[in-house]
Amino acid sequence: MYVAVKGGEAAIANAHRLLADRRRGDRNVPALRIEQIIEQLGLAVDRAMGEGSLYDRELAALALIQARGDLIEAIFLVRAYRTTLPRFGYSRPIDTGEMKIERRISATYKDLPGGQLLGPTFDYTHRLLDPSIAEGGAVDTPVARDSEPERAPRVTDLLGHEGLTEDDVNEPQDEIGDLTREPMEFPLSRDRRLQALARGDEGFLLALGYSTQRGYGRSHPFVGEIRIGEVEVELDIPEFGFAVNLGRIRVTECQMVNKFKGNAKVPPQFTRGYGLVFGQAERKAMAMSLCDRSLRARELGEDVNHPAQDEEFVISHSDNVQSTGFVEHLKLPHYVDFQGELGLLREMRAEHEAEAGDDAYPEAAE
Amino acid sequence: MQPAEANPRQEAMAVLSHAAAGRLAELWSAWPDKPAFHKVRGPETGLVMVRARAGGGGNPFNLGEATVTRATVRLESGEVGHAYCLGRDGDKAVTSALFDALFQRDAATVEAQVLAPLRAELEAADDRRRDETAATKVDFFTMVRGDD
Repeated sequence: MYVAVKGGEAAIANAHRLLADRRRGDRNVPALRIEQIIEQLGLAVDRAMGEGSLYDRELAALALIQARGDLIEAIFLVRAYRTTLPRFGYSRPIDTGEMKIERRISATYKDLPGGQLLGPTFDYTHRLLDPSIAEGGAVDTPVARDSEPERAPRVTDLLGHEGLTEDDVNEPQDEIGDLTREPMEFPLSRDRRLQALARGDEGFLLALGYSTQRGYGRSHPFVGEIRIGEVEVELDIPEFGFAVNLGRIRVTECQMVNKFKGNAKVPPQFTRGYGLVFGQAERKAMAMSLCDRSLRARELGEDVNHPAQDEEFVISHSDNVQSTGFVEHLKLPHYVDFQGELGLLREMRAEHEAEAGDDAYPEAAE
Repeated sequence: MQPAEANPRQEAMAVLSHAAAGRLAELWSAWPDKPAFHKVRGPETGLVMVRARAGGGGNPFNLGEATVTRATVRLESGEVGHAYCLGRDGDKAVTSALFDALFQRDAATVEAQVLAPLRAELEAADDRRRDETAATKVDFFTMVRGDD
């Protein structure tokens, strides 16, 4: 029997009003402000921004409050917002070699020019909870050391290393794929994969990166360089005849360097995986670079035997807005589908019992 | 920011796009005899797809979008000013466009009253951040072994 699903309107309206109340919580506790989220939960903001694929810290912070801190819900809100805006154009490629460096480390070259700059890192902390933060005590100002502005070339450009490290491929391209404008078709070019990975779910990419380290598609990685800082964004405006500088964005870049035993065409060398993410998002950038490298398996003539090497598997499941949409839709009313399945099962059960004999399932006979 | 040989107007627009909205509002309110103007376009907010390069220097790819607000104004004296800046602040875009228009009429005054202070403030902020980062530089030293 078909049952129309209707009549939830009042329940839905009241549920949303209840949500607003629970989101606000105890009215005796001051309400959060956007600036507090941006200033004090900056890495959550960066994650909402990166996976929301929209650089706008205020919007990401608002999304976090609205989502009660649920990151995937916040990412969903950011993605939904971007669909309401017109596209002005495509920027010139940002130059991470001209970055205003806030952190830069290499696990492969101790004495890189410019040095190892730890920046504001969790590394080497003891991971002990600090009650003084809860007390809201004063925080020391950072130590400063006189320095001169200097260009900090990327390690991978600096050290071709006897030709033992793969160069960037820079060739004229007919088109640059844009997954926000075209359906996804496999096999994907590397530009499309990088776009998908850049906004992919950190947890999913982290687990896949980890799987390659544990033997599911070994890629022998080393961190050539991680750098975090601000870069300039420029947009060509044809009627001006020059590129307009729009301002700066903060990004995290990871250059993973991977031992490669070579093949018929390519001699043994270090190949590379690339990670680049909006904001300060080091774990995500590392995971992305591991996945970028493992997804180059086919290009480099490696066997594709493991999940992290299978681009259709990785890219089809890396987007947490798509994932959550399909998983969460299961909780919406499926009354009709379920009635259909129930009817079918009753028939099957009856046939089964008829074949098995009358007293096989006496309790199911109803 | 733009190299020194860039078009002076291009460099001026870059200084304006890097400024904080509140700071531009202060500079505009301090500007003497404000010209009459009208808004030709915007301010309107949209998206720019930010591109990057695979490996840092390789083939371009689309990294993700950023919000950008643009505005165009025309002064009563005829100059047309434009602004494009990251974010969603319409007032910032309009003020930037006004200074861009004024820059075409009287570059020296805009330079002295607006661009020079903004450039100095940005440089000071960059220097401070760089010095704070420099204090986290690892100074490796070699442990001297006792057996020689």
